[in-house]
Amino acid sequence: MDTADLPEAETVLRLTGITKRFGALVANDHISLALKRGEVVALLGENGAGKTTLMNILFGHYTADEGQIEVFGKALPSGDPNAALAAGIGMVHQHFALADQMTALENIVLGTRPLWSFNLGKAQARQRITQLASDYGLQVEPDRMIAELSVGERQRVEILKALYREARILILDEPTAVLTPMETEALFATLKKLVAAGLSVIFISHKLGEVQAVSDRVVVLRGGKLAGERKTSEATRRQLAELMVGGQLPVNEIGPSTSREILFELNNISTRSVGGAGLNGVSMQLRGGEITGLAGISGNGQAALAALIAGTLEARGGDIVVHGQKTVRWSPRAALDCGIGRIPEDRHATGMIGDMSVAENVISEAYRSPRFSRFGFLNWKAAASFASGIIKAYDVKCPSPEARVRLLSGGNMQKLILGRALDGDPDIIIASQPTRGLDVGAVAYVHARLIEARDRGAAVLLISEDLDEIQTLSDRIAVIHRGQLSRPSARGELSVMELGELMAGHGTEAGASHAA
Amino acid sequence: MSEALEILFTASFWVAAIRIASPLIFATMGELICERAGVLNLGIEGIMVAGAFSGWFTVYMGGDLWTGVLVAAMTGAMFGLLHGFLTVPLGLSQHVTGIGVTLLASSLTYFSYRILLPEVTSPPKIEPFQPFAVPLLSDIPVLGPALFNQTPLTYLAYFTVAAVALVFYRTPLGVAVRAVGENPAAVEAQGISVTALRIGAVMAGSALMAIGGAFLTMSAFNSFFFEMINGRGWIAIALVVFGSWRPGKALIGAILFAAFDAYQVRLQQITGGVIPYQIFLMMPFVLSIVALVVVARRATYPKALMIPYQKGER
Repeated sequence: MDTADLPEAETVLRLTGITKRFGALVANDHISLALKRGEVVALLGENGAGKTTLMNILFGHYTADEGQIEVFGKALPSGDPNAALAAGIGMVHQHFALADQMTALENIVLGTRPLWSFNLGKAQARQRITQLASDYGLQVEPDRMIAELSVGERQRVEILKALYREARILILDEPTAVLTPMETEALFATLKKLVAAGLSVIFISHKLGEVQAVSDRVVVLRGGKLAGERKTSEATRRQLAELMVGGQLPVNEIGPSTSREILFELNNISTRSVGGAGLNGVSMQLRGGEITGLAGISGNGQAALAALIAGTLEARGGDIVVHGQKTVRWSPRAALDCGIGRIPEDRHATGMIGDMSVAENVISEAYRSPRFSRFGFLNWKAAASFASGIIKAYDVKCPSPEARVRLLSGGNMQKLILGRALDGDPDIIIASQPTRGLDVGAVAYVHARLIEARDRGAAVLLISEDLDEIQTLSDRIAVIHRGQLSRPSARGELSVMELGELMAGHGTEAGASHAA
Repeated sequence: MSEALEILFTASFWVAAIRIASPLIFATMGELICERAGVLNLGIEGIMVAGAFSGWFTVYMGGDLWTGVLVAAMTGAMFGLLHGFLTVPLGLSQHVTGIGVTLLASSLTYFSYRILLPEVTSPPKIEPFQPFAVPLLSDIPVLGPALFNQTPLTYLAYFTVAAVALVFYRTPLGVAVRAVGENPAAVEAQGISVTALRIGAVMAGSALMAIGGAFLTMSAFNSFFFEMINGRGWIAIALVVFGSWRPGKALIGAILFAAFDAYQVRLQQITGGVIPYQIFLMMPFVLSIVALVVVARRATYPKALMIPYQKGER
């Protein structure tokens, strides 16, 4: 980190005037950037600011429309990942580029030997991997299948892949999004060792705290343009945030909660596994006037819980109690009829149908009601006026109720989903990852609406992998790990590290599955 | 009943089983290579027809038997190139393209047969591969003649299985092929061309399928008939699933299926028409469905199978 004692550090990477257009969208607008030896530069920006596009250009996944890249003083041919690799650039993708049914070692050596050679050189490779792992604190078992590894271990494999190829410049795209607080600490320690060994790192993030903790310099992108550059030590969090957002950061006030009666209850529910873990004897209660936050690393049963409440996953035992009444046959329709507002985890896959219109999408949960249909025929006028109402009330930027949903941005799509879910003031709301991939403005908007719902007495379950979000909004926090819930804690009762411990599964046994 | 069991201990039964298995082994290995690289190749049935004809025709025109095998393999590779080009860089539906390739390859073959041999009424014959007894090994009782008194093409089939397994698990190329069927992004991130790798795998796989077809005209029989592939390609697709995409298990599957097939023919003879023969014909297929249900539910298939990869797409 301390570069002062090095002779004036050489510039290892220089981007000049990089421009990339996707149709009418200018994803990168004349961006220039330099990286020195032994330096960590944070690339800060909101979703859609152009960070990932820029790095994909650098790595040769995309071809820039304009601009040059120089690595160690030599021009890098564009659009050729091989050239980037050969020049010493290693990239750790946000979505890991690993083959699941192969071992860590096979993933690491992939492409490092001529394809037509007869030997994998496993023994040699294993030795080098072990050496690199111990040098930089990247423990993995080389002969285990990727599918058996935790997310943190997979990330270490990704970093080892780059180091194995003797990368001198390491690019990490949102590396902490999937990590527990402890794993994040370990990653930062690794980065420090790498930099001390003379590597340079570009750390892509939208989290200010991390950027401050790990970088020497911060480059801020906004709307595809370079918004500013600061020495980390000389910039305040606030300044960085304002550079990133381009103005004042919207702040939501959250008042004390006025808890009311229990509106929704799960008693000792188990399910089959969905996207990782299933639920394993989960009990929980949602009270009116409260936001209950569910923290956890993805794949620990969040998807199962959301699907269960939404009615798309069957319980294997246990009871679901809504408004004090035990439900008999739970289904998506029953959930809707009970007035549960659902914000699904994946807007594109389950939230909306991209090729259908805004109007069709917003009535998709209520098309059977006399409001929208009579004798089995849809009343398009009513649907269109309902859609217009949502567009107006939720400030959705879209040309008309007839517009195809896929043309909307993520934020606008999420606003539509909010409008649909919150129509008729449901008193139970399940919000799964409601702000994933949204920009700061849209995040603040979604938060405001959830707080509003809570303040009018609704019970809100907020499922999120973003611990900051959970801590900001939740009146009560439970942690899910391998399908079991921790004892819920009140706002501020547990520190980030303590929550992190629970997320990693330490200490769940004591309070397992007894959400009060 | 004891008669039915005795069949299992006769050398002739196992000789037949291995002979029936040979084309299936080629075809199954071919399909397995394609699928491991992430491309379903439903062109297999047609490619086998084309291989059966082109190999046989080469010999009929005076070519050497091994030249015939080579021509069959090249014919298969060409259809593989077509399938690969349509499904990999163009990213068309692998199902639809594969069925198209099967229809094209088989129709083109029958058309060529009619054009090239306009005046024949009964299919002309060639001098096919002859069994070759491997010294010593073929003297082992029962299994010796079954495994080691076969035609050279059967030995080539054994060799193919070993070679596929060796390449898959012991060479950089094999690791790359497996990886491209699991996560093409991983392959590209390591600087290897997904397109080249996948097309190459489909071509190699298709060449093996065609040799499987050629086995029928150049080793099992000595002439070319219409409909002689008779669903063997489709069976190979099921065998790949049965073998959980592993060469060794797929080999066992192919031999099992062939053994059922050889067994039912012999059972027909001893039951002497009490049970309709169609029941026996059906048996290998019913058993393979049962086996699929039992085995394949737990199989982990290549993650990127049937998913086209477009560079630069998020």
